[in-house]
Amino acid sequence: MPLDWSPLWLSLRYAGLATLLAMLAAGPLAWLLARCRFPGSDLLDAAANLPLVLPPAVLAYYLLATLGRWTMHFSWHAAVAVSALYTLPLLFHMSRAGLAAVDHSFENAARGLGAGEWHTFWRITLPLAWRALVAAVLAGFARAFVDFGATAIVAGNSGTAWLLSPIAALALAALYFGNRLRRGQVWA
Amino acid sequence: MIQVRLAAHGVDVEFQAASGITALFGAAGAGKTLILDAIAGFVTPAGGRIILDDEILFDAASRVNLPPRRRHCGYVARQWALFPHMSLHDNLLFAVAGLRRLERHRRVKETLDRFTLHDAAARRPHEASPAERLRTTVARALIGEPKLLLVDEPAAGLDMALRAEWHKILRTVRDETSLPVLVAARDPETCFELAGNMLLLDAGRILQSGPPRKVLDQPAGVEAARLLGIRNLFPAEIVALDPGRNTSRLRLETFELTGPYFPGRLRGDRVWLCVEPGQLHAVPYDGSRPPMNHVPARLERASEMPRAVRLEFAGGIVAEIARREFEPHKDNADNKEWLVEFPPHALRVLGCP
Repeated sequence: MPLDWSPLWLSLRYAGLATLLAMLAAGPLAWLLARCRFPGSDLLDAAANLPLVLPPAVLAYYLLATLGRWTMHFSWHAAVAVSALYTLPLLFHMSRAGLAAVDHSFENAARGLGAGEWHTFWRITLPLAWRALVAAVLAGFARAFVDFGATAIVAGNSGTAWLLSPIAALALAALYFGNRLRRGQVWA
Repeated sequence: MIQVRLAAHGVDVEFQAASGITALFGAAGAGKTLILDAIAGFVTPAGGRIILDDEILFDAASRVNLPPRRRHCGYVARQWALFPHMSLHDNLLFAVAGLRRLERHRRVKETLDRFTLHDAAARRPHEASPAERLRTTVARALIGEPKLLLVDEPAAGLDMALRAEWHKILRTVRDETSLPVLVAARDPETCFELAGNMLLLDAGRILQSGPPRKVLDQPAGVEAARLLGIRNLFPAEIVALDPGRNTSRLRLETFELTGPYFPGRLRGDRVWLCVEPGQLHAVPYDGSRPPMNHVPARLERASEMPRAVRLEFAGGIVAEIARREFEPHKDNADNKEWLVEFPPHALRVLGCP
């Protein structure tokens, strides 16, 4: 039987999209909360952590309840959205730790030397924090890649749910090899 | 000329500084860094006003608060803050990024020549020697031609050779430019060697200001004296004053001393007596009647210093005598009675206890 690589390819695409989406939200949020204190910053911090403490099924349920008002539920958009939401706290935490570890004195030195905030971020903060940010992206991608529960629930009717994750592929493989094992054909 | 009036996070100060080095001297937590950060624009004070030359950098009343990049202040941070991912050359280039290309390269070349950094220019900070890093830090702060240089005690924790190099750099800056330089310092040596003026800071307040020599010779009070590391502070009462003979009599806890006349003091005043350890003399006590201003005291500890021996006596008396004076009496060091002489001209009195 020829190997079907499409589940893996699909999972990579969806996990990549979800990570990109999550990073677009988590990156600026991490920078904001690592560098500024403002009224409501604790609340924002707690809100960003919320998906971390919710079981994937509960998260998917709430998302379905919300998305049910629009037409995007049970589609690949919804699968990417739930995956991004599930990945966001991890990306946020790791990015914030990486950005907070950059010594303020470097940024202050840059500001004192005439650099604006944007210039300081691109020339100083980002180059000094890039390792932590890459680690955050990789960890986020891995989490999106292996997540199955929430994605399967949200993408359930779209017909792609079973192709969405390598976990699904592994489950299929286990079933396939299990049957062959019972029939004594595995090593044949 | 910089004029500063600040009220922020427990700091309440007002001072001016003209060209030359002004030292902010105080213990850790006195507010030195906070003052420098407020001037540079890294922290926003609750109140006050900062004026550099004719430009208002910060004014709480009219809500003026220029961002750091528009304040034209060079800043030398305590940890030097050279960008670790750039070469020393690029660190300098970063500071002149807003200039035209030719001007940028001219300035960098001139600065590399001036601070003898050509050989190290391509190295990253961690590959350069500490002296090269130190020179680059100051060069980077000056390359943008600031109107004021702020220096946050980078000499703290430096070895002797590097400290000498650091003092040399600051002297050069002081002598070759007309910049006002504010230096936060924790060691009095930096103040006395380099500064033309010093501000004595304690818990966010200025205790005293003036030329360093004057501040050391005449501390404004016992807190100022303690801050300057002056030992031998004793509470005393003036029991006699004789302006005709230029003498006075002071009663301490367990003994009396004769001192010079103290103008402006009255009989019965309670004061702090202050004597420099280096001005006391000490010899082993042979049991005879002590002459005037000689006090018997038990020697508790003798410790070697680079050029002298420090003798610590019971009652908090500390004397520093030359090693050659101490050598003949070495055997009398521990827990023996010594005779400590308080020369009348060495006695100073500070405000009320």
